[in-house]
Amino acid sequence: MAGAVSVEMPRGGFSFELCKRNAALAAAGMKPPTPVKTGTTIAGLIFKDGVVLGADTRATEGSVVADKNCAKIHYMAKNIYCCGAGTAADTEYTTLQISSELELHRLETGRKPRVGTALRMLKQHLFHYQGHIGAYLVLGGVDITGPNLYTVHAHGSTDKLPYVSMGSGSLAAMATFEDRFRPNMDVSVKTFKFGISRKSEKEAVQLVRDAIVAGIFNDLGSGSNVDICIITADKTEYIRPFDVANEKGERTGDYRYARGTTAVLETSVRKFEVTSETVTSAEPMES
Amino acid sequence: MELDFRVPTQHQVQRDWSPYSMNGGTVLALAGEDFAVIASDTRLSEGFQIYSRDYPKTYQLSDNMVLGCCGFHGDVLTVTKNIKSRIKDYEHLHRKKMSCAAVAQRLSVMLYSRRFFPYYAFNILAGLDNEGRGCVYSFDVVGSYDRETYRAGGSASSMLQPLLDNQARRQNTLRGSHLGKIRRKTGRIY
Repeated sequence: MAGAVSVEMPRGGFSFELCKRNAALAAAGMKPPTPVKTGTTIAGLIFKDGVVLGADTRATEGSVVADKNCAKIHYMAKNIYCCGAGTAADTEYTTLQISSELELHRLETGRKPRVGTALRMLKQHLFHYQGHIGAYLVLGGVDITGPNLYTVHAHGSTDKLPYVSMGSGSLAAMATFEDRFRPNMDVSVKTFKFGISRKSEKEAVQLVRDAIVAGIFNDLGSGSNVDICIITADKTEYIRPFDVANEKGERTGDYRYARGTTAVLETSVRKFEVTSETVTSAEPMES
Repeated sequence: MELDFRVPTQHQVQRDWSPYSMNGGTVLALAGEDFAVIASDTRLSEGFQIYSRDYPKTYQLSDNMVLGCCGFHGDVLTVTKNIKSRIKDYEHLHRKKMSCAAVAQRLSVMLYSRRFFPYYAFNILAGLDNEGRGCVYSFDVVGSYDRETYRAGGSASSMLQPLLDNQARRQNTLRGSHLGKIRRKTGRIY
């Protein structure tokens, strides 16, 4: 009828509109921008009192190190953390999204969030996008049912296991686990000092640290430091960095520029005089 | 009216085997008044795997010449082996030492002889010329070469070259981008 406007409701799911354009551009010879990938080593294991998660801190863009100290262990809830490998933006935003949904869910139910809940949310989100969101995650936490550890793949499949590793350094990490893992290892949750790994560390944390270190030194996609997160029934310790495995080399030369290196074309100095100061409070918006 | 439901299909056969592989490595060379310096990293890798942590990319060709060579390791080995052999041939035939300039020319010809299936190796030759002055020759994969004061080649060349341009040549500074003498101790120019 005259005056009626048909509004197209936004359809859910991935919008493939730009794919044709991208294909045309690629055919014309344009190279697509390379996404930042966290060629990574992430790992986790279940010990007697809870879960230990570990990750390296290198983010790569092709063969260049984009970030020498990025944080790969993401907050999901106070008792649930998630390590992410794959496309950096995807792991970041997926975990942020589910963390937000989890908090809303926690307020709705009035209960401490369960790892299984986070898992279900993550896998349904990733499956919906059919693997186009390149997030490969290690999800761990302690809830009312006890310690839980899962892996999540970009296409939406999950596995529940006592020890896991993901990323390009996963083989190096898994080799370490397969050699030394035992069920119900002990770790006393002490406060670990910044950057110092002391001899008194107990087994489980040491094993995760060693697994990540294996990835750092034997996989070129992983590097820099080890971050650790220890989650138990009563508290969570997020230690970043746990082990500074690679100190940045010190420059032996002095490369500071002398005054006059850059030409000064014009200098103008303007003085501003403060005549008066007033404080105004922000007015609330009208609803 | 007949509707055409035919979909264009790809008839090209995509081959995914490559005769080359990238084994990494970076080389850097600098020429001074009466010396030349050449340096390289020592990592040999393929993709995310490390083959060796202690494999230098510098190859001594003679008393006064070192060749830095990196890229596809198979071709690196062949190029260094062949150029060493050619230097021996020259010295036996002409009964004199092969100069840096002559080696550079010989290497260029060797690389160009494989113009249509190149040696995937980035070469930088460093040594002393006939007058005793430092010299650096850099090559591309098919043998184009030039004598320079300094050059970085290999996977990190794009990171090293700008630093050299600034420090060894005063590029992008007020004092101008003219070539100057490189002092042996500090590596700075005045």
